[in-house]
Amino acid sequence: MKPFRIIARSFRDSFKSVLRNLSLSMASIICTTITLILVAIAIIVTVNVNHVTKSMEEELTIVAYAEKETTEEQIEEIKNKINRIPEIKEVTYKSKDEWRLEMMSYSDTLEVTLNYLENNPLLDSFIVTVNEVEDLGPVAREIKGIDNIASANYGEGMVEEIISVFNVIKTGTLAIVIALIVVTAFLISNTIKLTIFSRRNEIEIMRLVGSSNTSIKLPFVIEGFLLGLVGALVPVILTIYGYMLAYEKLGGSISFGVIELVKPMPFVLYTSLLLLLIGSLVGMFGSARAVRKYLKI
Amino acid sequence: MKFIRIKDCYKVYKNGVAAIAGLTLDIDKGEFVFVIGASGSGKSTLIKMLYREEKPTKGIVEIGGINVSKLRNRTVYKLRRKLGIVFQDFKLLPKLTVYENVAFALECIGMKGSEIRPKVLKALDQVGLKDKTRSFPNELSGGEQQRVCIARAIVNDPKLLICDEPTGNLDPNTSKEIMTVLDSINKDLGTTIVMATHDKDIVNRMKKRVIVLDSGVLAQDHLKGSFKISETV
Repeated sequence: MKPFRIIARSFRDSFKSVLRNLSLSMASIICTTITLILVAIAIIVTVNVNHVTKSMEEELTIVAYAEKETTEEQIEEIKNKINRIPEIKEVTYKSKDEWRLEMMSYSDTLEVTLNYLENNPLLDSFIVTVNEVEDLGPVAREIKGIDNIASANYGEGMVEEIISVFNVIKTGTLAIVIALIVVTAFLISNTIKLTIFSRRNEIEIMRLVGSSNTSIKLPFVIEGFLLGLVGALVPVILTIYGYMLAYEKLGGSISFGVIELVKPMPFVLYTSLLLLLIGSLVGMFGSARAVRKYLKI
Repeated sequence: MKFIRIKDCYKVYKNGVAAIAGLTLDIDKGEFVFVIGASGSGKSTLIKMLYREEKPTKGIVEIGGINVSKLRNRTVYKLRRKLGIVFQDFKLLPKLTVYENVAFALECIGMKGSEIRPKVLKALDQVGLKDKTRSFPNELSGGEQQRVCIARAIVNDPKLLICDEPTGNLDPNTSKEIMTVLDSINKDLGTTIVMATHDKDIVNRMKKRVIVLDSGVLAQDHLKGSFKISETV
């Protein structure tokens, strides 16, 4: 039962230390809270940006038109060839007659015009979706090379621009999250350094009377864990209630429904869990770093 | 086999100072040994090497079969649990009572609460402080504080007691008291004691084995009782 006693003692000591150095503990808890709030905001933005890009990406398609005089066998052949491209997700064939009916349903003018024309002026087409939005360009070019294909378009230029903007936002928010986590680790590490400094006599005696390194280190690591965990509480509450409130107030979307937000459940719970995990782990690693550096053990 | 075996030991500090330069020394189980020498003679370094606060640069330091020089930082505690250390400045925790200070040593090594109490009381009895268990260090005299330090050092029944100038901060009468306590520990419990000191009066009166260090080498080794104050150190 010896390890159990050492762990119990470590917990007792770490609670005592948090309370004994209350102002110091509060300082690091508040710093952790502030950084974790920023982390939470960054996570919420990242996830929502990802959500929006994903739904936008799903709407991006390639439309390929066949040459005017294409026989049914040729259509079938084109379809097979497109299907053989590994990057594609789905191919839908839409004949010129289907297009005609669809266009006629858009407006009366179109209906009158199309009825007036004897031959259907429209072209047979293929609507292609791809797995990765980056593949749009290459796949479109490949389709264009197939016999009897007149054109294959995917909104060149604009799509590339959207992708690059999204990528910048994604990497930017990720960089912010990582930077904030590192800052939190340093803050907690510094607090632990100060508590170690104030307890250096005790630590020296512990070492001299034969405490194992683990039993010296453990209280500090637990202290870091507690500081990080407590520091994560306010951000967690803010995330849960703040996001749910914002979602409700905005009606689930911003910019008049153009950008749809991620539903709060279970998103806020996952985010909260992540914040608690980041807080406690960063606290533990921060204090382990301080202990290693200052105890030379 | 000798209890403490030091062979061809060298210690050169990072700044180039050679504190110990080729020391060879044996100490038997149950011996009481004084280590004396002028400042800078390597006394403190020798004492620190015995409890592995310093590592020899070269050579062997062996205590009770443990090669101290090969001990890694992570396993030093195994050695420390086998010995007690008494310091010149006592190193007591001011916020703990006498009892708690002594019990601290046992708590640190994960001993059960029910085992701690009788051991602490026995150790405090040995140093004559049984009626001061609830006092705080600042309520005690220097001699009493040193006795608490000794009680803490012997509470885990060590085979070796290392004393680094235990009387350095005390007046002659109190020093005498402390020496009586240490002598009784040596005689009653059979604990080997290695004590570094400046106090020639004590050394002269106690009539124990005396090791004189000079510039990191063994200058003189007087067997029990043969050291005289007239001899220069």
